[in-house]
Amino acid sequence: MNINKQFPRALEDEAIFILREVAAQFEKPALLFSGGKDSITLVRLAQKAFFPGKIPFPLVHVDTGHNFPETISFRDELAKQLGVELIVRNVEDSIKAGKAKEETGKYASRNALQTVTLLDTIEEFKFDACIGGARRDEEKARAKERIFSVRNDFGEWDAKKQRPELFDMLNGKIEMGENVRVFPISNWTELDVWNYIKAENLAIPSIYFAHEREVFDRDGMIWSDSEFINKSQDEVPYKRIVRFRTVGDMTCTAAVSSEADNIDTIIEEILEAEISERGARIDDKRSEAAMEKRKQQGYF
Amino acid sequence: MDILRIATAGSVDDGKSTLIGRLLFETQSITKDKIEALKTASQRKGLDFVDLSLLTDGLIAEREQGITIDVAHIYFNTPTRKYIIADTPGHFEYTRNMVTGASNASVSIILIDARNGVGEQTRRHFYISSLLEIKNVVVAVNKMDLVDYDENRFNEIKSDFFELSDKVRKPNQNITFIPISSLYGENIVTQSEKMNWYEGNSLLQILEGIAPEDIDAEVLPFRFPVQQVIRPKSEEYHDFRGYAGKIASGQINKGDLVTALPSQQISKVKEILKYDLSLNSAHQTESVVITLEDDIDISRGNMLVKVGEQPELKKQIDAKICWMDTDAMKIGKTYLIQHGVNRVKAKISAINSRLEISTFEESENVDELNLNQIGVVSFKLGGFVFSDNFEANPANGAFIIIDEFNNNTVGVGFVL
Repeated sequence: MNINKQFPRALEDEAIFILREVAAQFEKPALLFSGGKDSITLVRLAQKAFFPGKIPFPLVHVDTGHNFPETISFRDELAKQLGVELIVRNVEDSIKAGKAKEETGKYASRNALQTVTLLDTIEEFKFDACIGGARRDEEKARAKERIFSVRNDFGEWDAKKQRPELFDMLNGKIEMGENVRVFPISNWTELDVWNYIKAENLAIPSIYFAHEREVFDRDGMIWSDSEFINKSQDEVPYKRIVRFRTVGDMTCTAAVSSEADNIDTIIEEILEAEISERGARIDDKRSEAAMEKRKQQGYF
Repeated sequence: MDILRIATAGSVDDGKSTLIGRLLFETQSITKDKIEALKTASQRKGLDFVDLSLLTDGLIAEREQGITIDVAHIYFNTPTRKYIIADTPGHFEYTRNMVTGASNASVSIILIDARNGVGEQTRRHFYISSLLEIKNVVVAVNKMDLVDYDENRFNEIKSDFFELSDKVRKPNQNITFIPISSLYGENIVTQSEKMNWYEGNSLLQILEGIAPEDIDAEVLPFRFPVQQVIRPKSEEYHDFRGYAGKIASGQINKGDLVTALPSQQISKVKEILKYDLSLNSAHQTESVVITLEDDIDISRGNMLVKVGEQPELKKQIDAKICWMDTDAMKIGKTYLIQHGVNRVKAKISAINSRLEISTFEESENVDELNLNQIGVVSFKLGGFVFSDNFEANPANGAFIIIDEFNNNTVGVGFVL
């Protein structure tokens, strides 16, 4: 089917409305920034929402220490350019403090450990709202989450106790200690994000575009070789032209074989893709309810 | 490109999730890995076919029980537009979610199981669609394969439906009937060969033919709820003062005279800004920043309207309420109501009538509204609201009710 490739502007209006509600309803919001395309989109929307004023909240990054170096330098550059405060907290420190335990074995990843550091960061800065770039089309538990998602003191999500959200009216009233996760691009799809990046001519980290990289194969997926992954002897790295469709931690994000080296070819590729975006997320493969279970424990 | 928002409703086992799965499948919106995952999950459940409903039932409890508990949002694109489906639960306990899911929809798809025909749930779904002023209702008679694609059965259901819908049907509502089989994809994307007696369009063709709603912008009054005052105080924008908001209804031009509510001060629109662009006009659903020629008193929750189109300033309102909380709404209790972005205290002064939505029984002289009940309620307000009658201007006629004891959203109101 030949589908429409324009960006629906109504999505931008909706996201800007949501961001302004966050600024108005909360004392201390923060924008969770990973350096990925969804959080880059959020930063652009925030820039537009408060113009000619500045973005009225800091960017917060929970760094697993296993991120792609390209993403980290992109993050620092963007914050500098916008003149927005950037707060970085490290999973490494949570591990050292004995609050989180490093996983072991072949699939060891710090992805789930981020929750501990995130909750500590929320407490440290007394953030009452954290804006994230999660979208409902990504995953089926996310499809059920509200735009203002209330979390208890432990950051836990209770799917059965969600507040009804009617029309565009958002209720951000909470008790001390509770916080709200806000998802302004809930109604966007992966394609919408790419069309927006194209329409707005936004810069994104280089790893989204096709490049040559040392990789190895595991479980039918292409893994980027790095010192953070426990390889077995028969997993031998080799060079391949790849790109990343989603940017997470190096231990949980698989690459795709691709020649797409600009936005237009990326969009074409997504339209023809046979694998969904989170299909390249190793962290979702753990079980059918992997995402819901992580959310219940405070994950995004 | 425009967006069409759809709400689907049906009883348990009417095949709602299967229908959505089918729409996604036929529009090539399901990727290979998701289909593989569906196959594995279906096999694990001991099914000998791919259960498309597993695609939308996202929560563990839903998959366990095989029912939809909460609203799920699903997305797909066609050559014409982007679609957003709010898949709402059919189970009666979850009526509040149905109202929630349908609140943003401009099309409602009501599913009926061809074997069971029009039931209590059908009435409820249609009632809610009408209550929310949804203009386009598509009644899909599903599982036609199980009644041998029988035309008579379809017509029987159709006349039963019109009998019940006459009482609550709105004059401007379009109701379209279609016989389908979600399981086999009959009449979903292309016309079914198994039902040659049906001369109408397929479901997707019907949806593609529905016009976007921004045509209303010219006839509706301009309503601009102010979310925030933007004052950068930077060197470059030292004296800048702009009012940020999303236009609820109507449209505005540069130079138009506007009244600020509640102060009733008048000024002229100096600029309409969308980021760094200065526009000559803007219309409903657009998020903009408006600057005025004069410094007048405006803060969050206030509203800009055009001179001569002012709504009545109300400190007392009557509204139809759908109650959504397990703690009943009680006469004399004070809540917070949020109309757009404007919050005021509201005391329940009277509950004039109550409708039991499952039976359509109406009673008077009641002192409380329980979960999923609908009633006509009078409120005494602590401050002004700037609402329109919901029927005349839905985008400025609804509010939510917040319980200040637990901060929950406990109800929704439609201003009468």
